[in-house]
Amino acid sequence: MANKRIDEPTGVETVGHEWDGIEELNNPLPRWWVWTTYLTIIFAIGYMIVYPAIPLLHSGTEGLWGWSSRGQLAAELKAANEAKGETLAAIAAAPIETIAPGSDLYNKAVAGGRAAFRQNCVQCHGAGAAGNPGYPSLKDDDWLWGGNAQEIETTITHGIRSPDDAATRSSLMPSFGRDGILTPAQVNDVASYVLSLSGKAPNDAAAQSGAAIFTANCAVCHGNDAKGSRAFGAPNLTDAVWLYGGSHDKVVASVTNAHAGVMPAWGAKLDPVTIKMLALYVHSLGGGEDFVEAPTTPAAESGNAQP
Amino acid sequence: MESIVARAGLWLVALMFAIFMFVNAVDTGFAIHMAVFGLAALVGLGFSLVKTNYLAAATGTGVALDQGKYDDDLVRAGVILTTFWGVVGFLVGLVIALQLAFPLLNFEPFLNFGRIRPLHTSAVIFAFGGTALISTSFYVVQRTCRARLALPGVARFVFWGYQLFIVLAATGYVLGITQAKEYAEPEWYVDLWLTLVWVAYLAVFVGTIMKRKEPHIYVANWFYLSFIITVAMLHLVNNVNLPISVFGSRSYPLWGGVQGALVQWWYGHNAVGFFLTAGFLAMMYYFVPKQAERPVYSYRLSIVHFWALIFLYIWAGPHHLHYTALPDWAQTLGMVFSVMLWMPSWGGMINGLMTLNGAWDKVRTDPIIRMMVMSVAFYGMSTFEGPMMSIKSVNSLSHYTDWTIGHVHSGALGWNGMITFSAVYFLVPRLWGRERMYSQRMINWHFWLATLGIVFYASSMWVAGITQGLMWREYGADGYLVNSFAETVQALHPMFILRALGGVMYLSGALIWAFNVWQTIAGNLRQEEPMRQATYDPAADRPLVAAE
Repeated sequence: MANKRIDEPTGVETVGHEWDGIEELNNPLPRWWVWTTYLTIIFAIGYMIVYPAIPLLHSGTEGLWGWSSRGQLAAELKAANEAKGETLAAIAAAPIETIAPGSDLYNKAVAGGRAAFRQNCVQCHGAGAAGNPGYPSLKDDDWLWGGNAQEIETTITHGIRSPDDAATRSSLMPSFGRDGILTPAQVNDVASYVLSLSGKAPNDAAAQSGAAIFTANCAVCHGNDAKGSRAFGAPNLTDAVWLYGGSHDKVVASVTNAHAGVMPAWGAKLDPVTIKMLALYVHSLGGGEDFVEAPTTPAAESGNAQP
Repeated sequence: MESIVARAGLWLVALMFAIFMFVNAVDTGFAIHMAVFGLAALVGLGFSLVKTNYLAAATGTGVALDQGKYDDDLVRAGVILTTFWGVVGFLVGLVIALQLAFPLLNFEPFLNFGRIRPLHTSAVIFAFGGTALISTSFYVVQRTCRARLALPGVARFVFWGYQLFIVLAATGYVLGITQAKEYAEPEWYVDLWLTLVWVAYLAVFVGTIMKRKEPHIYVANWFYLSFIITVAMLHLVNNVNLPISVFGSRSYPLWGGVQGALVQWWYGHNAVGFFLTAGFLAMMYYFVPKQAERPVYSYRLSIVHFWALIFLYIWAGPHHLHYTALPDWAQTLGMVFSVMLWMPSWGGMINGLMTLNGAWDKVRTDPIIRMMVMSVAFYGMSTFEGPMMSIKSVNSLSHYTDWTIGHVHSGALGWNGMITFSAVYFLVPRLWGRERMYSQRMINWHFWLATLGIVFYASSMWVAGITQGLMWREYGADGYLVNSFAETVQALHPMFILRALGGVMYLSGALIWAFNVWQTIAGNLRQEEPMRQATYDPAADRPLVAAE
């Protein structure tokens, strides 16, 4: 090319082209660049020999090392299961009421339950199990359907009002307002009465008028003393725990349109050991009650029963 | 006269077509889009009627286009729109960064994260980046071919048609119209429109190269051409969709399952490779030697790294699908092609940086050169980080984490953003015949704000990503996962705030940039101590007109 010249600052010859004032130097490829390129190519070829790489008609080459991502997953799962196998077998073999709080097996089950809880339960009950409006806290001793390990296990397995499980825990509070069972004024009075039980409202005329309405309509499930009934999952209305809110407006709303919250039947999704571990984890959170043999035998450790 | 009638008739047909589609539309979004389309046709019709020189047409004394001047109208419009889209795109980016840190800022339904995240990515990649690429390519191809733009009418269609594509895409996201493919969100009818625009773009670009008065095709044009051709191919293959109704905005892709995922990431990765790498390397290859007034470091390197880059890039997409249902052999190939891509990518960095050999002092004295050097440095960093992250054992930690977001932004903010800013700073005084930018010191401010912004952004996302990856895979002594997902999100909150702070800095820099561009165009000159600038001879900035 005719326009080649030596570039003064670098002492390198130009190629001789020029575009809008731009010239190009005739520097060689940097050696380190070339050699690193070769190295990456050699690495690539080696990698393709030992790992699956070349597509064939029906599958690909398998590679000298025989590695596959599914194989690796299976191996890791197998190792993990083997590491936990003995513990899991022991948990599976022991009836839940026999796993004593504080025992080694109990602690191991709680660890497994915590992991399962974080994956399956936190979405509604919260990462710390403190609950959300409509989703009960699992850290207190206020249980709707029973708080010993066996009862918790049953609740998790069959769910609450779960449409796919015949053995699900079920009850249905009427929508007193919406269905016209009570007039809005009556709903208002009964709410005042309920709130007066925990001192959140004065025991005024409205509350006194509500008392009679309560006895006629609500006591059948919530009890004459309004302390609830676990047979119906009917909450205690005299304490400070309110699943759907404890303001006057919220209680009126709950009586007008009943909630009937649903929890899935986890028996259809999780294996029995995981559910058992979950139950023990929930049991361990602070409010777990001791298992009491059938009423025929008086409770030996009644001192530990939660109020 | 016939040509005026024909052109107006074409616009009228387009307008009628839009009205017909509008009337038959089966969903609101489609109707709104057809109204936008009709409005664009109406504006086109108005322009061709008002702008016509009727006297010249009637007497047959029309003035021939001046072949001795470059056709820079579109480049001027492009520089202004690049600046505008840049500021919009960065602003939306800041908003979504704040939404991630403070979820209350999600305003349903039009301004929730799900809708304005693609608004951000498309605004910066396709609106800011795409407009910059189209307008600089029109500038560069004319200069390096020493020829006026071929098919000037078609070029106008390309430029304004692309802007219509941006408007349709952006309004579509906010209205909830999306085919839910990352970086390919616009629906089938917008895809068809872009196809039309892109084929016209190819014709204008190749036409200009064929008109060239230089014996050889300059390297920047190889990169522009590879960008145009490959993006056409990617766009066509990834958008093979069946509309549910020709009068509606919804469609279904023909590729399903893992095939669909592979095609999508073949597209997605090469959008990075050919839009954000090859296209912007073309800008680098013109503007860096021009501003530095130095020869390109190595002609041989430019040839070798160009062919190596475009050959290898196209196979690297499967690294987006490591440890998925994609067959292992395809994952392996995606990884090894990415590793081999390292050096070909760095060829561009070497050629960019080493072009300053003999002129390194200009980094100190010339704020535009400083910006270009930082841009190429970020390019080098991202193109090392990318191959590293494609290695499966690294990817098993980094995949699905904010590390990926940090990687993308060190490339996008550092490389694409900075090279575009410096190209605009180079272009504005030349396009509007000004002595220099309104303020060179403001360029320096912009440089530091942008650099600091990127540092905040990238480092907070590295920390966030690695934290996230480690927390996801943390097992306790009993063999169970330690963290719930919500806990990992909570752990990232401080990093999300730092990221937004980086965004504030980057956006502030861009506002200074916009102000500087505006003042320069207005003809103002800030009184300040001058800094170094590249020489410019308007008399030499003309096409060669052969005696034909």
